[in-house]
Amino acid sequence: MAVMLDLKNIRKSFYLNTPNELEILHGLNLTVDKGEFLSIVGASGSGKSTFMNIIGVLDRPTDGYYNLDGVDIEKAKDWELSGIRNKKIGFVFQTYNLVARTSALKNVKLPMLYAGMKKKDRLERAKELLDIVDMSDRMMHNPDELSGGQKQRVAIARAMANNPSIILADEPTGALDSKTGRKIMDIFHKLHKEQGKTIILITHSPELAEETERIITLKDGEIVGERRKQ
Amino acid sequence: MLIGENILLALSGLKSNKMRAFLTMLGIIIGIASVIAIMTVGNSLNTSVTSSMQEMGANNLTVGLKQKSYSEEVTESGMRFGAGFRKSMTSDDYITDEMLSAYKEEYPDNIDAISISESIGSGTAEDGNLSANVNIVGVNIGYLSINELTLLSGRSLTDRDQEEGRKVVLVSEKLVKNLFDGDNYNALESAINININGKYYTYTIVGVYEYEENSMFTSESDEDVTTDVYLPLKTAKEQNHSEEGYTQFTIVTTTDTDNETFMEQTKYFFNVYYAKNENYEVNVTSMESMLESMTEMLSTISIAISIIAGISLLVGGIGVMNIMLVSITERTREIGTRKALGATNASIRLQFITESVVICLVGGFIGIVLGIILGSAAVTILGYDASASVQSIIFSVVFSMLIGVTFGYYPANKAAKMNPIEALRYE
Repeated sequence: MAVMLDLKNIRKSFYLNTPNELEILHGLNLTVDKGEFLSIVGASGSGKSTFMNIIGVLDRPTDGYYNLDGVDIEKAKDWELSGIRNKKIGFVFQTYNLVARTSALKNVKLPMLYAGMKKKDRLERAKELLDIVDMSDRMMHNPDELSGGQKQRVAIARAMANNPSIILADEPTGALDSKTGRKIMDIFHKLHKEQGKTIILITHSPELAEETERIITLKDGEIVGERRKQ
Repeated sequence: MLIGENILLALSGLKSNKMRAFLTMLGIIIGIASVIAIMTVGNSLNTSVTSSMQEMGANNLTVGLKQKSYSEEVTESGMRFGAGFRKSMTSDDYITDEMLSAYKEEYPDNIDAISISESIGSGTAEDGNLSANVNIVGVNIGYLSINELTLLSGRSLTDRDQEEGRKVVLVSEKLVKNLFDGDNYNALESAINININGKYYTYTIVGVYEYEENSMFTSESDEDVTTDVYLPLKTAKEQNHSEEGYTQFTIVTTTDTDNETFMEQTKYFFNVYYAKNENYEVNVTSMESMLESMTEMLSTISIAISIIAGISLLVGGIGVMNIMLVSITERTREIGTRKALGATNASIRLQFITESVVICLVGGFIGIVLGIILGSAAVTILGYDASASVQSIIFSVVFSMLIGVTFGYYPANKAAKMNPIEALRYE
């Protein structure tokens, strides 16, 4: 199977070149194949958020090699990273992060706007995506008129906008009750099975992690366990 | 690619926070409105003054006596400054008929006519209960030809009237309307009594001229309007008991005369006579030069007030910057989200600069409308025709855009440079 992500010896330190320099990630290695559904679990402070930021190219590692779908991240310029976030990665956050005072439809259209897609195509695609997450009837609503689960569904539709190769979900059900959380997880399974998306789920919940194909356990900035399920 | 979207975004942002948007724009609105209002008033005034001065004749040169300046003597003679110390004008100082005829002989090709007038005073023409306000002016033949009076009935003043100092006058149709019920023929050869400060003068009316409204002073009603009564210059002089000679007169030059050069020649010609005069010299001015200095003065005032308005715009711009800084802090998470979704630094910067430009342009537009309304109202109250200056409108639009870009750049750049992770985590 083709390799989607290849991270070698990733280190991340904060407060560089100061007396209180702090290394959070101590040389992580991770390879993710195309179409994989894996989870990264760990207690808070284990470095999983930092790791996610690096995987999502929101941040650069202090040291190490990272190849994302054939692009060497170390050599890419900042604006190229913007393009990668735009087209190759779909983010789903615990706090949804929908743009306020902006309709669900417009929120979904946003990544396509930055990708320079035509207006007509944007509208068509956004409607199609909202239909997949079952939010068509509320697409003109602003985020403050939506429930948590509905917001997260819009956020997933937005993450899918430019048909990214990877969906990076950071505690997507963390702020939801278990019933709504279940629905969100079902959507991820559907995207994985039907569209073959590579999905990386970051969570502290062992039950959710059990649903994925591979579980990576982080502790104190190191991978302490890796379990592949069948 | 994103400008259209950014404009819509900025407009919807303004709509969702109307009060704040209005307060932000207030500085810009006041600044632009005052620039436009001032420019409108200045422009209208300029147009009216120019046109009425041109009506009065731009080809005229005015020759007058002027006190010599003694600034170089101030230190020698100690306290000798201030007009009070100067000797008053005597008959020796006047411009004489001899000078005038010599002048006419010297420049026959340049002089079309010489107009001289002497005022006796203002008063009321009375006939029983009826009255009319008048100015009595003694004039020569040249004056009448320059001012192009249209006779409605009777005759004009003649050379013989002048030479003999006859007590005959030309009156306006308005006066006839007030005193003779508008009957021009009835007025002819009638006697008219004019009261100036309790002193009565009696003349015979020989002609009635058409009254032309002067666009600069139109505030009086038909009954109160003050019109000129013209009588021969010699008659006026005799009545004033004034000496021979003149302190001021107007020359109408021929059309192919270069006024600039001729002004200098005239000045030189007359000052030969005044070389030995201790107190007075001759000064020559033209309508053109008056017009120039008037226009210059108006534009200086406009510029001065515009600078003050400019300061208000500067303050307005700082207000915009302030609100933009508040806005990006409030929207830190949004900025982080946009970056995570693939917005480049450049597109974030563009978004916030567009927002600031939109605020300034909307403010500028309101200011322009308000300024035109205020300016026109002021001009109308002053009694002129309002004409907004297109220049100042274009200037205002460009200037408010400039303010938007200048004062929006710093906040926008700050937003663009935000670290996406910190922005996403911002509470």
